[in-house]
Amino acid sequence: MKLETLAQVNVERAARRPVIVITDTANGEQRLVKATDIATDPLSAELSKQLRMGKSGMIESGGKKLFLNVYAPTARLVIVGAVHISQALAPLARSLDYDVTVVDPRTAFASPERFPDVPLIAEWPDVALPPLNIDHYTAFVAVTHDPKIDDPALLHAFERDCFYIGALGSRKTHAKRAERLKAQGASDADIARIHAPIGLSIGAVSPSEIAVSIMAEITAELRLPKEGEKQTAKVQAA
Amino acid sequence: MLNRDEDILQAAENWQKAGHGVALATVVETWGSAPRPAGSSLVINDDGTFLGSVSGGCVEGAVVTEALDVIASGKPKMLEFGVADETAWNVGLSCGGTIRVFVEKVGQS
Repeated sequence: MKLETLAQVNVERAARRPVIVITDTANGEQRLVKATDIATDPLSAELSKQLRMGKSGMIESGGKKLFLNVYAPTARLVIVGAVHISQALAPLARSLDYDVTVVDPRTAFASPERFPDVPLIAEWPDVALPPLNIDHYTAFVAVTHDPKIDDPALLHAFERDCFYIGALGSRKTHAKRAERLKAQGASDADIARIHAPIGLSIGAVSPSEIAVSIMAEITAELRLPKEGEKQTAKVQAA
Repeated sequence: MLNRDEDILQAAENWQKAGHGVALATVVETWGSAPRPAGSSLVINDDGTFLGSVSGGCVEGAVVTEALDVIASGKPKMLEFGVADETAWNVGLSCGGTIRVFVEKVGQS
């Protein structure tokens, strides 16, 4: 590997931007493809598939055996609300290799005793969230049940490209929340990004079960192909 | 603290810039129950110092030896380890899988 290539990989990774290195294993020839260039790459279908799965692997193309080494940023989970569900959600997400941050301005909730080994920010969302640089590899959940905290947090998430937004609350609670958020300038498209009621419908009752349903929904959002992508893949296979 | 891939590749860059000969070994294919997935990497410098892993520790010693050759020759190599290998009992994978490891020099032009 050329030193420039290695240095570029390191720069992209430090900036949490995905990058793929393609190696011809017969002769060691290499090229680097940045995430933003995948769409126009001759191997775009293969590259986007491997990137979505976060998986490296060999492919054959034009009689060559190529190794696609996928460097995807570590997924992050930002939890707004240091509540009981979060106490189950944070360790579960960590076991799934997410970097987890919990935000809650209420210091009685956001205490290290309740969240050992989890980075905690005991600030209001407008102070806590901007420095987190929420990006495409971030899942965002608002679970305080308190509009004073959840609403500004969700408004911040709408401005970012996070791959998942979830908010706790029944359909009724969510309908009211949608009205409040729209009154503060959110669009229908913004509201449609929220998964609510949060989590897959698995009949979850306890905080731990709700955490499982949330992480299952986040995993699906991260790994399953989007509708548009599925069609493209089919057309290319045909 | 366990080294993440980020740290491993950063170490490779730092070693190279500090004037070391450096090789990068990457798992490119796996069959059966391989201990580490494709993309896992091990970096080695000309002191024999290494970081990361390509298996659960079963074949790292052999990879380091080959990597020193690659640093000297500058030519990439594909290594294969598994139970089918004659040397299985020496440097095979106890878990029964097979892996192919691509070893390349860092800083080749």
